[in-house]
Parts: sequence; C-alpha cells; structure tokens
Amino acid sequence: MKLTIKEIEQIATLARLELGEKEKQMYAEQLSVVLDYIGILDEVNTEGVPETCQVTGLTGVIREDVVIETDAVTREKMLKNFPDKFGQYLRVKAVFGENEE
Amino acid sequence: MMLNNLTIREAYEGLKKKKFTSVELTQACLDRIEERNSELNAFITVFAESALHEAHEADEMIARGEQKMLTGIPFAVKDAISTRDGRSTASAKILDNYVSAFDATVIGRIRAEGAVLIGKNNCDAFGHGASNENSMYGAVRNPHDLNKVSGGSSGGTAAAVADNMCIFGIGEDTGGSIRQPAAFCGIVGLRPSYGRNSRYGIMPMASSLDTVGPMTKTVEDTAILMQIMAGQDVLDATTVTDGVPDYVKGLKLRKTQPSLRGSFGGRGKIRIGVPKEYFEVEGMEDEVKQIIEEKIEEIKRPVLRSSGATEGKLKDCEIEIVSVSLPMTKYAIPVYYIVVPSEDSSNLGRMDGIRYGVRVGGKDLYETYSRSRAQGFPEEVKRRIMIGTYALSAGYYDAYYRKAQKVRTLIIRDFEKVFTEVDLLLTPTTPTAAFGVGEKKDDVLAMYLADVFAAPPAIAGLPAISIPVGNTSAGLPVGMQIIGPRMQEELVLRTAYSIFGK
Repeated sequence: MKLTIKEIEQIATLARLELGEKEKQMYAEQLSVVLDYIGILDEVNTEGVPETCQVTGLTGVIREDVVIETDAVTREKMLKNFPDKFGQYLRVKAVFGENEE
Repeated sequence: MMLNNLTIREAYEGLKKKKFTSVELTQACLDRIEERNSELNAFITVFAESALHEAHEADEMIARGEQKMLTGIPFAVKDAISTRDGRSTASAKILDNYVSAFDATVIGRIRAEGAVLIGKNNCDAFGHGASNENSMYGAVRNPHDLNKVSGGSSGGTAAAVADNMCIFGIGEDTGGSIRQPAAFCGIVGLRPSYGRNSRYGIMPMASSLDTVGPMTKTVEDTAILMQIMAGQDVLDATTVTDGVPDYVKGLKLRKTQPSLRGSFGGRGKIRIGVPKEYFEVEGMEDEVKQIIEEKIEEIKRPVLRSSGATEGKLKDCEIEIVSVSLPMTKYAIPVYYIVVPSEDSSNLGRMDGIRYGVRVGGKDLYETYSRSRAQGFPEEVKRRIMIGTYALSAGYYDAYYRKAQKVRTLIIRDFEKVFTEVDLLLTPTTPTAAFGVGEKKDDVLAMYLADVFAAPPAIAGLPAISIPVGNTSAGLPVGMQIIGPRMQEELVLRTAYSIFGK
C-alpha cells in the first residue's frame, strides 16, 4: 500500500506536525513500508475473537472523589514550567480563530 | 576496592560495617561518570551536587542506626521517568527545560529508602527505539565496544550500570526497552508483569503495555528493588491489588517449600519450555543461537557448573527442559507496531508546548502546536505518531487497531496454552548481539525487528527477565530471556538466580 503525499499531509495535520517537503517524501515511503509489513495480520483469522484492551482483568477501579490540594512548593514548580504566563495564569494564543479547520 | 563496581547487596553490607561512607561511594560513581560519560553519553544530566548532599544525609541516617536497604546507594534513572527537581527530558527537545514537580511513584519509594539519585539517563526519545540512536541528545555507546549501540530504549541506563557509573538503574519497558539494552550491555533487566509496578510519573508511551523495572548487576539486586517498587498505587488505577511476595527470600527457597515449586515438573522441579519459533527467525546470528543452545544444554545437566556461579544453586531446584511451540510469535511485531503507535499518538498529544516544555511560537494556536512538535520531536517519534494517527483515523480503525487488538488476544492465548504445559519459557533476548552505530538507523523495519523476542511477552503483559549468559567471539554480551506467567515474578527471579548464580 502506497501512501500519497496528500495523505501524509492529512495525517500530519491531524497529528499537528509541521513537515518539510523532504520529510513528507520520506514518511510517505517509510509509512508505506510499515503498513505493508503490518498487512501480514490479514492472514490471521480473527472471526469471533474478542479484542484485548487491557491485561490486568481489573474492573471498576474507583476511589473517593475528593480534591487533594497541591502544596505551595509543588504549585510553584508547576507554574515555573509554563512557557508563557500572565501572573499565575497560563498564557496561550486564542483557541478560536479563522484558521481553525 | 572500586566502590562503584559494587552491587546493592555489597554496598549495603559495606555501608553497614562502616567500611566506607555513602559520600565515598557516590564520589566513586561520579568519578566514573566524569571519566567515561564523554565517550558513552549514558547521562543527559548528572546531579553531582545534590547527589553528594543526599549521600551526606544518608551517612547521617546510617550513623543514627536508621539504615534501610538502599540508604546511601547511588542510582540512575531513565530520563523518560519523572524525578522531582533536575530536568526530565525524555531525550526530546520539547522537554529540554522540563523540571518535574513530583517523583514517579516507584522513584519516590526508592528515594524514601535514602537512595542517592545520581543522574538521568539518555534514552530513545519517549522510549521509541531499540538502539538509543533516536535521542535528541546523541546516541549512547556500548561500554563493551564504543562502535556498537547500547540497545534501547533504556540504553543509557544499561550502559551506566554495565560501566559501573552507578550501583543500579531504573528503566522503562514497553516492548523490550529494559531487556534488549540489558542484553546488549551484559546486565540483568526485568520487565515486571503489567500492573505490578505503578506507572505514575512514567512518561506514557503505550499505556496498555508500559512497565517500569530494575536494571542491575545481579538478579539478587533486581529482587531487592522489586520488593521496594512493587505494589498497588492509588495514583495508577491499573496497579494490581495482589500482595507483594518476599522476592529476596524467594531466591533461596528450597524445593521442599511448595510455594515456589514448579507445577509441572513434579516434586521440586521446574519445567521450562523452549519455544522453537524463537530460534527460527530470519537474521538471527549463529553465534547468539549457539550460546543460548549451549546454555540450555548446561541447564539440562543435573548439576550446573556455570562459570561465575557462586554455588551450584540448580542442585536445589532442578530444571526440566522441553520443546514447545508458540505459533503466533511472528505476528507480535506487527501487532506491536499498530497498538503502540496508536496509543503513542494519543499519549503524546499532551506534548504541545502549552503547559510545559519548549513552545515555538506561530501565528495561531495550530501553528504553535505543529511547530513546537515538529522541532521538539525526533524523526522516529513523528513517524510513530503518524502511524498511530493513521491507524486510528476514521475508516481505518477496524482494519488496523481493532484487528491488532484481536490478534493480541490470540497471542495471549498462545502463552496461556503453553503455560498449561510448562512453568516458564526460555528464549534468547535478542536475535543478535549489539549492532553497529548507524547500521540500522535508516532501515525502519530492521530496527523494529530487534525486539522480535522481547515484544511477545510485553503484548501479553507477562514478566520477563534478561540475564547475561555469555559473550560472542567479538566480546559482545548475549542475553537469555526467561518469561513467566502473569504475576509470577518470584518464580522468574528464582530461576534466573539459579542460572546466573548471583
């Protein structure tokens, strides 16, 4: 299966990855090779076989829904990681804009 | 005595008898790092100052008579595992300046013992790789031959332990990332059962497969660490509620004690299956195959005379070896490369330069995301995110992800069936010894196949250990893998201890 440059561009848009022209070419080729290889699974008969989503067998793991307050030192450390801030608020570009697809 | 060469057990005894201090022990490791890290590139960050401070505190603890098993013992941690203070980059530039506000649960448990965090290890970025060449901080070199890779993704940790830059290390294994570099560097590495150790604070790769485990010089050290790391954590809902057995005591249990007796070999015997599919893969090196087969012959003999064995431990625990079949083996890597990139693409969505890490500005939010990610991720991370995004996208979900999850069930059934016949499985850890730096870098599939023996037990959530069993004529270590049924770490560790002898 051969992925086209257009398909690569679509995937990259969904994945929020800016790609150069050379990269698009490279990934188109490499992803095609990987998808071909993965295609070997088609030969396995999976009719009636359930999907495995987890291996522990645990179900309904719950805990008390209570707020655990963060101590001031930890809070300060987290704030320090903000790439851009306004006072104690995280600053980001507008979420809604004309360029949103 | 080279203090940095010690094991946990030896360091513990030495500190207890006041033969040396933690400051001396820590300094010995720091000296080794200073001497070797420019060649090996095993550490991204070294905490020289804080480590000596922690060592000093540990010495005071010991003086007060408050020594615990790990007090004052220097250790290194894969950089994709969060440690409070100092940076945790996961070997990706998007987290170049990231300082975690908390310790991962397992790291917190180790530090609560008074262990000394000496530094953070280079790895394949976000755990993506089998050679440590996918790090944005450069490849890690193999201590046994600087032209060879360390393996990956926990390559820096494997190299650091093998080269005695620390006493022990903590790595992360999704599909071989502890065991494969452990095999390449000649150390012991355990991937615990999924759910045995808390994943809280481990930067997520594939949430249904990720595990965190010890990388050590001996099996005994791995047992010591599992004793401390294992157990339920309220911060990770996938941790199991099963009690934690005494792994250290379990190593030396005699056959008359039924709890550790294999179920199938009769009184006191352990029956081990050797799956024929693990010796038939394309590209397997003859020498690796030969070393493993010779080791199996040696195990079959009633009394083990292993070089390096301290006592003939197998006398107490006889092993019977039988041939078995795991016909689904060849589908493990294709399943892995659908399930893992899919979960990866979702998990790595949080790496967007918004709340932490490096933000690259753009004209709008979309451009900020796509540029931060483009510049902050290496090639392989982008490749996996795209494979995953594609496999999960509308119209392809059934064909890829759902199909893979069904085949995953069949792989698990394969193991379940074989474990009705034998107690454990024994295989090579890898099809080859460490390969050359740059040798597979551009061949995506060849690199993925480096985990051909490590991925199947990971997909099934099983515990598996790699122990060193010999060297090739070129002097490169070869690892043997022992796989157990879920939650049977005790049996895996005991058998590994019997075979490795320490």
